[in-house]
Parts: sequence; structure tokens; C-alpha cells
Amino acid sequence: MIPARTYAWLTLLVAALAVLALLVGASGFGVPDWPILWQLRLPRTLLAMLIGGGLGLSGAVLQGALRNPLADPALLGIGGAAGLGAVLAFYWGLGLAFAPALPLAGLAGAALGCAVLFAFAGRAPSAPSLILAGVGLSAIASALQVLALAFAPNPYALAEVTFWLMGGLADRAPLHVAMAAPPILLGGAIMLRLGRGLDALALGEEVAASLGVPVARTLALAAAGVALVVGAATSVGGGIGFVGLVVPHLLRPLLGERPSALLAASVLGGAALLLAADLVVRAAPLLFPLAQEPPLGVLTALLGAPFLVRIARRQAP
Amino acid sequence: MIAWPGTPVALAGRTVLHDPVFHAGAGEMVALVGPNGAGKSTLLRALAGLLPGTPPADPRRVAWLPQGARCAWGLTVAEIAALGRIPHGDADPAPVERALAACDLLALRDIRIDRLSGGQQRRAMLARVLAGTPAVLLLDEPTADLDPAAAHAIMALLRGHAAAGACVVVVLHDLALAQHHATRMVVLDAGRITADAPPDIALKQAAAAFGLPHGPDPRPRLLPPP
Repeated sequence: MIPARTYAWLTLLVAALAVLALLVGASGFGVPDWPILWQLRLPRTLLAMLIGGGLGLSGAVLQGALRNPLADPALLGIGGAAGLGAVLAFYWGLGLAFAPALPLAGLAGAALGCAVLFAFAGRAPSAPSLILAGVGLSAIASALQVLALAFAPNPYALAEVTFWLMGGLADRAPLHVAMAAPPILLGGAIMLRLGRGLDALALGEEVAASLGVPVARTLALAAAGVALVVGAATSVGGGIGFVGLVVPHLLRPLLGERPSALLAASVLGGAALLLAADLVVRAAPLLFPLAQEPPLGVLTALLGAPFLVRIARRQAP
Repeated sequence: MIAWPGTPVALAGRTVLHDPVFHAGAGEMVALVGPNGAGKSTLLRALAGLLPGTPPADPRRVAWLPQGARCAWGLTVAEIAALGRIPHGDADPAPVERALAACDLLALRDIRIDRLSGGQQRRAMLARVLAGTPAVLLLDEPTADLDPAAAHAIMALLRGHAAAGACVVVVLHDLALAQHHATRMVVLDAGRITADAPPDIALKQAAAAFGLPHGPDPRPRLLPPP
């Protein structure tokens, strides 16, 4: 009863925000010309829904798999690893030579990051050791990104990569949707089927195994799903963090803490959150004297960091 | 109904179980007792098919409850119990309701488990086991945090299950509880079975394992009296 109502409200919220996103842009508020709608606003709206929904789901799955409410793809360094892959693709100009090279490099980076994280942190690590593993992975990824930037072939490439690293959905074309949608939809489909295994994992890996859940396979699929989504999302949208942390955290009071109950809702919640954040970013130059949009990744980080502190404080004994 | 052939088990290079040949049949309530580190929990894991290299048990037939079972999230009592249906792949409410009622949890069904007392949490975890309607119940100290009355109630409940045809194997530290409720007592000491008999006889045989001066004490202790 209550969950059905929550889903109805979330769906309504996503639909309303999507319509609003199609009506707001650099040219102001209103129904835009067909080319603007088709070439700019629709891709941007679709990407916000795909990336937001994918990141929200990734957060819910990571938190369930690692049994830790602090898990978030960006916070754990998976986003950074995906970013490193994409930076290297930029650096060598692979994206110009072969369009799918960018998302593929992002996927490779995210897959490597997921593998390192799950291997290094071990299974169901305590919150501090998990976060420390993420800090370590993020530090390595960002150091190597800076290294690539320091040796950037020309200032133009440097500016392009730096702007992309801030995270945002401005000036994305239908091509970006075509690049990002298949991996995100595939990763999402994988993760949405993990509910039962994640529920069992709440009781620990041994109990889950005694309930007949294939634990290693469940964790591997969770890692694969997260890598697909985060790799594609990062290579198209840059560094957009904290969506995966915030969305499940906001949904738990409404839907309970059972991991399976949060999966589909986190897709809707993530889509709504990123649509809303992107609307704020787009409306900012219309409302304030700004030369250009503030980066979307900066806004999500500013919104998300207080949640991190709040959850961490609640975790403390 | 459930058996361990006596294969030696080594964990991290140390032999934990030497050659304990163990068998329990339908209708039995076996208390597995012994000092700390005797290998009781390992034998229970072996029976559940959870040790590396052992064939996994059929999860619909065999249920296992670890010592100090915990839940990572604040699930409600009813949600915890419903997890017991995972091996069956259904959401059949009838066995879940029966398990909640048997564990006296109907009034607490919508309370989050992390808001409950230790004893209530223990009962919720037991309800998860019962909701799966297993033929074999492998329980590691299911009464650890319970007050005496609640502990006896749980043991009586388990004995009822055994009487109805289930096979119950319980690791216990409380020898009085074991003596009172078990149909058979298996004493494990340093990875070997030193006694396997009805409780009174087994305790007498295994007094040395517990450092007891003689036979079952009216107030059993794990340490010798000063």
C-alpha cells in the first residue's frame, strides 16, 4: 500500500521534472524550437534520467552488496577510476578516432576500479576500512588523471578534459545518449535482478550461502552492473558524485531497509534527483549574473557531502 | 537425516575437527556441547555444507543459524522471518506467520530488529529459520542472550519440532538446558567426540572435558569450583 504510493509519487516526480527539463534552457522558459528540443534538451533530459537512475541504483546495489550505507560509486573511487580511463582516452585522442572508445575506456576504468575495490576491501568490510579503500583508490585515480593533464599535448585538450572532469550534461548530443544508454540499461537490468541475493546478504555471506544464494556470483554481478553504469555515466557525464549515496538514504525511511525494496525506487529517485540538480544548474544563469552554468558535479557534491557526514555520524558507535 | 563422515577439517592450518563421525536422525534433538574452541561451530558448519570443499546442503531441507546472527540493515521482524522463504523462491505468508507466532513475535512484527533487545533479536533470527520449514535445524547457541524462561521456551519449541519429526542439532553452552531438553548429547573436545549418549550419561562420561570434578553438577560450570 505505502510502497505503491511511494512509487506512484516518484514516477510522477520524474515525469514532471522531465517535462520541466524540456522547457528550460539557455533561451529561457518555454516550448523551444524543434532542433533545440531534439538536438539539445531531449538528449540532456534523457541523459540526466539514465545517469541519475543508473547511479542511484548503483548506490543501492553497492550498499546492499557491501552491507554498508556509506557505499557510493564516486566515494569508493569507482567513478575516479572510470574518469581515469576516459581521461586517457581523451589524452590519446581515441574519442576522436573512434567514438565508442570513450565509453569503452570509461568502462574499462570502472571495471578495474570495481575489481580492485572488491579485492582490496575484502568482503563486507567495516565502514572505515571500506571508506579508506575508496580514498586510496580515488587518490591513485586522481593522481594519474593529474599526471595525464600535466603532460597534456596542448592547452585546448587540457581545458576540454578539465571541464569534462567537473561533471555536467551541457551540450550533450543524441550521439552521447546512444553511447551511454546500452551499457547503463544493461548494467541496470543486471542489478535489478539481484534483489533476493542482496536481501539474503543482509544476514551475512554464510547465512546467504546456507539459504542457497550463490554469493560469489551475486557479488560479481553487482560489481559488473556497477562498472557498466558508472563507466558509461562517467565517460558521458564526467564526475557526478553522491547520487548513489543520497538516494537510497532518502528512500529508506519511506520503503524500509530491505535492499530489494530499494532497487527500483533508487532508479526513480536517482533520475529525479539528477533531473532536479540539472534544472538548478541550467536555471542558475537565467536567475543570477553568471557567465555560464555551474558544473553539475559540483552541485551534487555540495548537496551530497552533508549526507555523508550525517550517515557517518549515525554509524559511529 | 544429516551426517558428517568424520573427514578431518583444518582451518588456517590448524586441525579443528579430527575424526568426529556424526549422525542425527528425524525426531532427534541433539545437544552439541563442549568447551570453547572444541570445534562445535565448525562441525555445525560442516553439517550445513558451508566449509570450503564440502558439498552444499539442500537449503530447503537444512537451515543453519550462526552464533550471534546479525542483520546489516534495520529490517522489521516480519521481513527477517520472510527471508527464510528465499530457498523456496516464494513469498508464502502462512509459514512466516506460523514462525512468528511460534517465536512469540506477532506483537513485534513491524518493529525494526535493531530496535529490539538481544533476546528478541535472537527470536527473530530463529523465526527466519522456522519460516523455511526445514527438516533439519542446525542452531549455534540460539539461547545465548535469552533469560532462563525465554531460553526454556525456545528449547521447548525446538523439542516440539523434533517430536514432530524434524532433526534438531543445537550447540549449547548451558549444560543444564542441554540436559533438560536434549534427547541426545554429543560432547566435543579438541576436535574429537568424547561422548555420545543420552544427556545424563554423556555428561558423566565427559566430565573431564569441562573440568568438572564429577558427573553432572546441579549447577554446571565450565570452570572447576574454587
